Amino acid sequence: MNCFDIMGPVMVGPSSSHTAGAVRIGRVARALAGQQPVRAVIRLHGSFAKTYRGHGTDRAILAGLLGFNPDDERIRISPRLCREAGLDYTLQQVTLPGAHPNTAIIELACSDGRQTIVQGASTGGGRILIESINGLDVSFRGEYHTLVISHRDAPGVISRVTRQLAERHINIATMKVFRSFRGGTAVMIIETDEQIDPAVCDNIKHLTGVSQAIWIEPVMF
Amino acid sequence: MLSYQSIQELIEAAVEQDQCISDVVLADQAAALEQDPENLIQTMLQRLEVMRQAVEKGLADAGPSPSGLSGGAASSLRQALDKQQSVLDPVLVQVMAKALAVAEVNAKMGRIVAAPTAGSCGIIPGIVLTVGELQSISDRQIALSLFTASGFGLVIANRASLSGAEGGCQAECGSAAGMAAAAAVELMGGTPEQSAHACAIALKNCLGLVCDPVAGLVEVPCIKRNAGQAASALAAAEMALAGITSAIPVDEVIEAMKDVGNQMSVTLKETAAGGLAMTPTGQAVDARLTEDAASHLD
Repeated sequence: MNCFDIMGPVMVGPSSSHTAGAVRIGRVARALAGQQPVRAVIRLHGSFAKTYRGHGTDRAILAGLLGFNPDDERIRISPRLCREAGLDYTLQQVTLPGAHPNTAIIELACSDGRQTIVQGASTGGGRILIESINGLDVSFRGEYHTLVISHRDAPGVISRVTRQLAERHINIATMKVFRSFRGGTAVMIIETDEQIDPAVCDNIKHLTGVSQAIWIEPVMF
Repeated sequence: MLSYQSIQELIEAAVEQDQCISDVVLADQAAALEQDPENLIQTMLQRLEVMRQAVEKGLADAGPSPSGLSGGAASSLRQALDKQQSVLDPVLVQVMAKALAVAEVNAKMGRIVAAPTAGSCGIIPGIVLTVGELQSISDRQIALSLFTASGFGLVIANRASLSGAEGGCQAECGSAAGMAAAAAVELMGGTPEQSAHACAIALKNCLGLVCDPVAGLVEVPCIKRNAGQAASALAAAEMALAGITSAIPVDEVIEAMKDVGNQMSVTLKETAAGGLAMTPTGQAVDARLTEDAASHLD
């Protein structure tokens, strides 16, 4: 923690958890979709569902889907900006037993038909936790440069990926692997200290056993 | 390197080096962040500018918040000031009007500096901008005083909490008042010890203050608590500058604040399950907003 964590961040109000954190969940969802979505279904749980109007949680998530930062004053008018950008959205309430009170599930469809479903929680002070991607349980906070790699659960895939990073002197801060079942689909979450060159991401995408690789910039302040 | 585990550490470092607390904190943070001190000052100046813009916007905009629960308080106070209808000294009214303005901008989804939180964002701008104008202090000096406020805030964060969910409103608006009082003393040319006493007095005057937001929104009573705690911060600074000391040292007051927060019922810590949130009016507002939220879902 430093002086700017205390005298800051600069943000659009009213709430770090219900507004700033919600923008970040939207930003991560957009990044995972890989492009501007054309359709979004936003499901709000708990306190998010109850207080979203007063806290502008819906507008915050939509602003995140447009790629805005938590200090962008256009958050307030994001529903109109979404319509102008051709992003059609639906807002729903959902009850998720055991989930964090500030949880949202965002279902995105892109113009190429590809679907992305992200579940995230705003855990306080604007910090977030991404908990699930396309039905697979994951866990990351968006505080680092993050690589989200969809792959097949098979020997050697992880080493092929990490070799790409090692060769470019990219240091791995944390790494977690989640799989559906043995030999099934899996997701690798790699957090790095260095920025990841899009070319590296592209190389990883074409490795044997890898189906998708997405680089997410840090979404914290 | 400073540990930010006690205010005493900040005072000793300042006295030893014959400097202001802001100089000590700035030098330490520049070293910790591996940056030129001038860069840090520029960043703080930018934050000061965001504070100033929020004040101007809030004073000019009398419209309601999205929930309809708040809005127009800063504008009302400013009008009273313009008509010279104040009971209080105009300086204190200005402090309160600015604090209300920033807190209302926050409620209306405007841009603010969390200082230290969004819920308490009006107190520090209200104090430093008013004292700055009153004494014709340069923006650079005001920005420096925000390093003093940050240093005090870091200690409170480390030793207690700055979060309403953990420590009640005393931890949010109370901490902001303590930080603002310390900064005000430095802006007025007081000593590091006087800054510490001012922080202690401001914190002592709000020990036990609960966080009981109506319908869970950062509006009622948060916005007016920003004005109240800003006034309290100025009163604490005035007392400290007059040489009044806190019988309980500031570090012990911070410990006491933590202890009180721990003993506080969870219903009074940002859960909207006690206090003003549970009054008949508070519950009626909650019911209305819950219904309104449901009606806008597909």
